[in-house]
Amino acid sequence: MSNTLSTEQRAPAPGWSEWFARVLHLDLWLLSLLFALSALGLLVLYSASGHSMDVVANQMQRLGLGMLVLFACAQLPPDLYRLAAPWLYGITLVLLILVLTLGDDAKGAVRWLDVGLFRFQPSELMKLAMPLAIAAYLHRRPLPPRPQDLVAVLMMIVVPVLLVVKQPDLGTALLIVAGGGFALFFSGLGWRWILATMASVAAAAPVLWHFLHDYQRKRVLTFLDPELDPLGAGYHITQSKIAIGSGGLFGKGLLNGTQAKLDFLPEAHTDFIFAVYAEELGLLGVLLLLTLYITLVSRGLIIALRGQDTFQRLLAGSLSLMLFLYVFINIGMVIGLLPVVGVPLPLMSYGGTSMVSLLAGFGMLTSIQTHRKLVSS
Amino acid sequence: MPLRRSSFEAIKNLHEERHVFLLRILAAALLCLGLSALLVTRLVHVQLIDHDYYSTRSDENRMRLWVVPPVRGYLFDRNGTVMAENRPAFLMQVNPEKTGDLTDTLKRLSQLVRISESDLVRFRDRRRKAPKFTEVPLRFNLTMEELANYQVNRYAFKGVQIEPSLSRKYPLGASAAHVIGYIGGITENDLDKVDEKTYRGTNYFGKNGVERAYEEALHGVLGTKIVETNAAGRPLREVDYRLGTPGTNLYLSIDAKLQLVAEQSLGERSGAVVAIEPGTGEILALVSKPGFDPHLFVDGIDVPTYRALNENEKRPLFNRALQGQYAAGSTIKPFMALAGLDARQLKPADNVYCKGEFTLPGSSHKYRCHKREGHGWVDMDRGVGVSCDVYFYNVALKLGIDRIHGFLTRFGLGKPLGVDLPGEKGGLMPSREWKKRVRKEDWYLGETLNIGIGQGYTLVTPLQLAQITAQLAMRGKGFRPHMVHAVQDPVTQKVVSVPPEPLPEIVLSRTEAWDQIIETMEHVVHEPGGTAYRIGHDAPYRIAGKTGTVQVVAMKQNEKEAPDLADVLEKFRDHALFIAFAPVESPKIAIAVLAEHAGHGGSVAAPVARAVMDAWLVNPGRDAIHGVTPEPIEPPARPSVAGRAESPRDVLAKRDSRHP
Repeated sequence: MSNTLSTEQRAPAPGWSEWFARVLHLDLWLLSLLFALSALGLLVLYSASGHSMDVVANQMQRLGLGMLVLFACAQLPPDLYRLAAPWLYGITLVLLILVLTLGDDAKGAVRWLDVGLFRFQPSELMKLAMPLAIAAYLHRRPLPPRPQDLVAVLMMIVVPVLLVVKQPDLGTALLIVAGGGFALFFSGLGWRWILATMASVAAAAPVLWHFLHDYQRKRVLTFLDPELDPLGAGYHITQSKIAIGSGGLFGKGLLNGTQAKLDFLPEAHTDFIFAVYAEELGLLGVLLLLTLYITLVSRGLIIALRGQDTFQRLLAGSLSLMLFLYVFINIGMVIGLLPVVGVPLPLMSYGGTSMVSLLAGFGMLTSIQTHRKLVSS
Repeated sequence: MPLRRSSFEAIKNLHEERHVFLLRILAAALLCLGLSALLVTRLVHVQLIDHDYYSTRSDENRMRLWVVPPVRGYLFDRNGTVMAENRPAFLMQVNPEKTGDLTDTLKRLSQLVRISESDLVRFRDRRRKAPKFTEVPLRFNLTMEELANYQVNRYAFKGVQIEPSLSRKYPLGASAAHVIGYIGGITENDLDKVDEKTYRGTNYFGKNGVERAYEEALHGVLGTKIVETNAAGRPLREVDYRLGTPGTNLYLSIDAKLQLVAEQSLGERSGAVVAIEPGTGEILALVSKPGFDPHLFVDGIDVPTYRALNENEKRPLFNRALQGQYAAGSTIKPFMALAGLDARQLKPADNVYCKGEFTLPGSSHKYRCHKREGHGWVDMDRGVGVSCDVYFYNVALKLGIDRIHGFLTRFGLGKPLGVDLPGEKGGLMPSREWKKRVRKEDWYLGETLNIGIGQGYTLVTPLQLAQITAQLAMRGKGFRPHMVHAVQDPVTQKVVSVPPEPLPEIVLSRTEAWDQIIETMEHVVHEPGGTAYRIGHDAPYRIAGKTGTVQVVAMKQNEKEAPDLADVLEKFRDHALFIAFAPVESPKIAIAVLAEHAGHGGSVAAPVARAVMDAWLVNPGRDAIHGVTPEPIEPPARPSVAGRAESPRDVLAKRDSRHP
């Protein structure tokens, strides 16, 4: 197996790709896939928003900002991320606690808005801080992780997740768990341990339930059974299935979808944009989209394989799988396979909060790919 | 290979680690492919196999979620008289996507029905939030004339709809408007205060009074129905219906008849009346005059009318009973005496000589009594009975500001009582600490003297005056004043009464002090020469009361003769105050009356209180309303043996005592 890896050490063929990698620290594969997805996203967004150039312009602005962040993140060497990881994790944790205490004080509707502005940032940051911190923690330790390391890592996951669940923001909590869990998975944790951990989490759920407020329990129940909330989730799913199903193989054609246009489909341009896409571009369009995403994930996994130390490998692997999880949860929700949870479709959904953290993640992937030392010692 | 390795990594098995990692990457790739296959399978199912089904549903049947806003709860008085109800009305709605040229449509509509600027603002707000192809309300509560105008020209409009709806009515009109408050068109600001989801389809929001304080209970729970419509948007059938819950009905503690009596007795004067049931804290009447017609606000008040109300010198929108902060005047004297007894600084029999003025040792400044020639020897009973200022300068001096502040704070003065109405003010109970903080000055002894006769910095609301009277009547037991007597469940129709909420009991060092003070207040009303004897001499029950007069304009120290009352412009005349409770032996009602610029407590405010107490205690039938004399009784000129009632001249002379 090590032979396969050492073949990766060849100098890359000279040309554009090399110039991009060496001078700009950018990965052409990642970049072109991201641009392709963003372009598709803008097109559908134009349709889903009811032909609103304002919405499209806003989204372009956010994409632009996200790309700048990606570029900046790509310039920093992976070792720097490893050294900064514990700090980032600690600061984010403090912010999460801060948000929670402020949030508890704010029972009034007006303060909720204040908290709402802050709520996204720490938990969003934790999506990146979590895999970073765990990859950095496991970096210097023997792998597969010893039981004491496993316990430490689980604590690192559980504490912030509890804080986010308390907010309550289940979608984000899920992604944070995944970020840490994937790093553990790639560290070579034995399958038995993985199963045991999953089982104990399942066993701990009722205890967690006990600590939730009534209104939080209600949210969890609605999450599990959308029909409980006729104004919200249940209605969304019915309408989005009608949109997707009526698209058929070829779709109704770009800008010709009726479900979103007649406003039967709420949140058409945010979490449910996939339904508009599927209605207008049909199954063929959907397959194209899935292919693009899977290629993107594969590129990420290849970068992980080429990673030069434990930290790089674990981080790249986790970030790639998290991207896939985004896509899977969002599409799964829109077609009624999974409960409704607020997870956007990467690069397609309107909204800036997760866009930036997502592209920052791609920046780190790029950094791992483009800072490889080409000459072996 | 990476160049440096830390010592920790020495024990790592790098070869093994990479091998495992490769396997894990492969597993991850497999997982991704597997899950993607799952998605594709599902998509193939939905998009190919069930395509016809979904296609039909998309083309022909359009599900719409309709919200059914709940019916707002009614307001009743304690006997079931309707105070706020919903009456059928007509609502004009516009579907902006169907009208063609919207601006033109609105312009033409405005020639048929009144469409104000605020209607248009709300329409635009609502339109932005509403889903497309739905009706947006434009005008509520069309008049019959407007309705007819539109119906005749109906053919000329597309996308305009007249819907039956409910409109809020207040059958008592301006009576109790300050208590009930009113609802008005809902705004973005209002929505921020509640769960916006439950207010979908709701057009109104409580803006003031009970309507505001109990907004969410009165609102009820939203119902929803899912309706299938055809391509034109016409409903075909209801698919799902989820019943909402109407708003809770509230039985207010107000007695509508008593309220009316209080309002009529006050006549045209500005002022406030608050009546409380001492044993429960229920507010039986709460009047602030002048009032206003709450209907003006329900469908959006027009600018000139609002400006007229707002800029009116008498401030009809201002709730004097809760928000008006006034000096307590002589009505504070029984409580000063009570403080003196509690602190054992005062014995009821001790005499003080009143020669008409009082000077502090080492000072030449004269603190005057309202009676220039002096009351002579005055004990506690006479001190309260004739309201001798010199007597209470002495009481205040013995107590000192710290003890006065401590004692009156126990009665709840200086902060809001927490009544269930919006906007209550707390008044002011000054202390050394307060003065240092706010005025950045030390406390002066002379100020203590002024506090002793209810002047100076002290400020109270009429509600607070009524409340301390009620707590005095109960010999220290207090209940939080509140407006809601009972609550009716909208579904079961069961009426549940609201239990009184006890406040911390005031326990005196000498329990008999309560009755000693109450006795002096009884003498104020029932003994000839008492300042409120005119309402006591023929009362069929025993009343304990105290008059008060509050200066509006300070008089100069050297001014010898006060001008005649009739010569003083009304807005510079003193405020008249009266507090009372009855019957003395088992208190059923405690009351505070404030008549602005009425000059004199005993002659103007006391008869109002008497009328209200009669209505509550003697003949609670309908006659009570007709038995009221709105005209204030002229003060009698005859002097009495024990002193005399405060005459207008005394009242004005008392101004000397303030602001040395």
